Amino acid sequence: MIPKVPLDKQIKKAVNGDEATAYAAKQSLVDVVAAYPITPQTIIVEKFSEFVANGEVYTEFVPVESEHSAMSAVIGAAAAGARAFTATASQGLALMLENLYIASALRLPLVLVVANRALSAPINIHCDHSDAMMMRDAGWVQIFAENTQEAYDTTIQAFKIAEDPEVQLPVAVNLDGFILSHTLEDIYMLPDEEVQKFLGGYRKPVKTYVDYLGKEVEVKLDPSNPISIGPLDLYDYYFEHKVPQAVAMEKVKEVVKRVNEEWFELSGRKYGDGVIDAWGVEDADVVVAVLGSTSGTVRYVAKELRKEGKKVGVLRIRLFRPFPFDEVRDLLKEVKVVGVMDRALSFGSFGPSFLEISTALQGIRNSPLMVNYIYGLGGRDVPPSHVKQVFNELEEIMKSGEVGKRLRFLGVRER
Amino acid sequence: MMVLNIKELPQEKYLLSGNAACPGCPEALGLKYLGMALDDKVILVVPAGCSSVIQGLAPGSSFRFTTLNVPFASSDAVAAGLAAAKEVVGEDAVVIAWAGDGGTADIGMATLSGAAERNDNIIHVCVDNEAYMNTGIQRSSLTPYGAWTTTTWTGKKERKKELPLIMLAHKVPYVATASIAYPTDYIEKLRKAASIKGFKYIHLHAPCPVGWRFDPKYTVRVAKLAVETGMWILFEAFNGKVTISPFSRPYQNKERRKPVTEYLKLQERFRTMKPEDVKLIEKMIDDAWKTLLKFT
Repeated sequence: MIPKVPLDKQIKKAVNGDEATAYAAKQSLVDVVAAYPITPQTIIVEKFSEFVANGEVYTEFVPVESEHSAMSAVIGAAAAGARAFTATASQGLALMLENLYIASALRLPLVLVVANRALSAPINIHCDHSDAMMMRDAGWVQIFAENTQEAYDTTIQAFKIAEDPEVQLPVAVNLDGFILSHTLEDIYMLPDEEVQKFLGGYRKPVKTYVDYLGKEVEVKLDPSNPISIGPLDLYDYYFEHKVPQAVAMEKVKEVVKRVNEEWFELSGRKYGDGVIDAWGVEDADVVVAVLGSTSGTVRYVAKELRKEGKKVGVLRIRLFRPFPFDEVRDLLKEVKVVGVMDRALSFGSFGPSFLEISTALQGIRNSPLMVNYIYGLGGRDVPPSHVKQVFNELEEIMKSGEVGKRLRFLGVRER
Repeated sequence: MMVLNIKELPQEKYLLSGNAACPGCPEALGLKYLGMALDDKVILVVPAGCSSVIQGLAPGSSFRFTTLNVPFASSDAVAAGLAAAKEVVGEDAVVIAWAGDGGTADIGMATLSGAAERNDNIIHVCVDNEAYMNTGIQRSSLTPYGAWTTTTWTGKKERKKELPLIMLAHKVPYVATASIAYPTDYIEKLRKAASIKGFKYIHLHAPCPVGWRFDPKYTVRVAKLAVETGMWILFEAFNGKVTISPFSRPYQNKERRKPVTEYLKLQERFRTMKPEDVKLIEKMIDDAWKTLLKFT
């Protein structure tokens, strides 16, 4: 299929992951950006304020004094009906946390880019997914990009997903710190007007009927149609106001899939079905499930093993929240052994993806044997040899039928 | 100066009856006057505090203001984002962060200072009832020396943070103090603030009968005595240049001030004070005047 905008009409540019998302936000007609620098996200803030200084965007840039205020400011902007964007990482995300819950509960379609970085202590600026996993219960849509091109594509898609009338939820776009955020790649960007058409122009807040005003109004703070947002709400209504958040989350998957297809028609690029990007899973005995940039390494190793005749596959989870339980179940139900690689650990439990995938496979007769690998904490490199070790161990499990230790640490020094 | 006639101000009910304010609540007065000052141009950003409760429970609300409720340390940043959004889409609104002394001077201090330094186009009103009243009368950095609270059982040992001076030091376009006992002065200041672009700070003195332990019928009397004893100085400052407001002008002269004990004795919270504490408070009043007059 020839995309609506063929590659020769797209703009090829060498950018790193941070810059890619800044360009995406620039093209997405964002009204307000508020951000605070933190490694490895800083380039996004710098790049965007450069766009503002050059007069390349009609965006109000609020250089706030903390990440708590960054999230606060974009909440204010979105509540006023504007399209708003911010970015952070690690401790910055931790500082935002109480506001993350507010943003989703107020149904504000914000976009946040997280350049994934380990959490302190000890201090570490490199990649793992501990920050993203901290916000998995905050009511945000979470998408993990595999490369810089996808980070660009996903940031634009994120606005469309967030602002979908059925969704109206904030979206976090995750890209691996340094591995993607700081690594230069050639990417293809769409012309501005194509991105703007894709998004349908500026943000249009959804409308609702307000009884005391006797009319339908846009849901935004506007003194000519006074409404109150986020008031005190105790045991008599709070619960009723939380359930719609869960209902909206249920709609997200279909919207992500649809937007993935629409983006494919426009640009010629798509990422699996939008929620899962699977490789070789259909006839696989052994599958490794993974998020983010490591997927590339895993796929490389899997391809090598396929050449040796080993029936291996890779399941890259692109949409982590809401988690695609049905899709995972359908893809993995015939598989013999699943190794789940997690770049974060819920101390006292397992890696977050392992828990989700276990839930997805629960209740299946002869469900796959499962083992959880915690890898790459604090940016520890994951060379193909480590991934090969994972596949080898999974093969042994398949042969012996014995799982052994279910929680394993990959590439770590033994004491 | 134009003299406001309170009878000619809008008489709409901005705070509806049946609201959840305590009897004699100064915040309810402050909100009512805010409506009279700025009518229907206002968007209120309200962090946690008494004003979150006064609104009443969802799905109802006693506020006729457009309102966004936000977490404690967020108000000025939310207001800044809101004002930025209104600017970029070209809609008019007066964005006001309406916070208590905790939301302003303690948990909200970094955010307040950040918005002031950026000169964000908002008004911050600090409704100062001198303790965390909503959680049950705990000390704040704006609780005065000697006052009882549920975390200062023998009277607070530290002084009240001089927040209006700290805001003056931010060199913002407009800083003013006000009192719920002087509505015309307060309303005028709100209107001036709304007419200026950039960051505006109004510190509203708001005696709380519940937390200060006085009869609810004396809210206005206590607020008035604070001014008449020189404890609370009404002033305004454009770009850092201070002018003492008319209602406080007589009390530049120490002789004209009422004895501070008249203010203190109405409030049970100062019950544990000794004569030497009163002397210290008198000295603090003198010092505060001397410092402030240096900026005139």
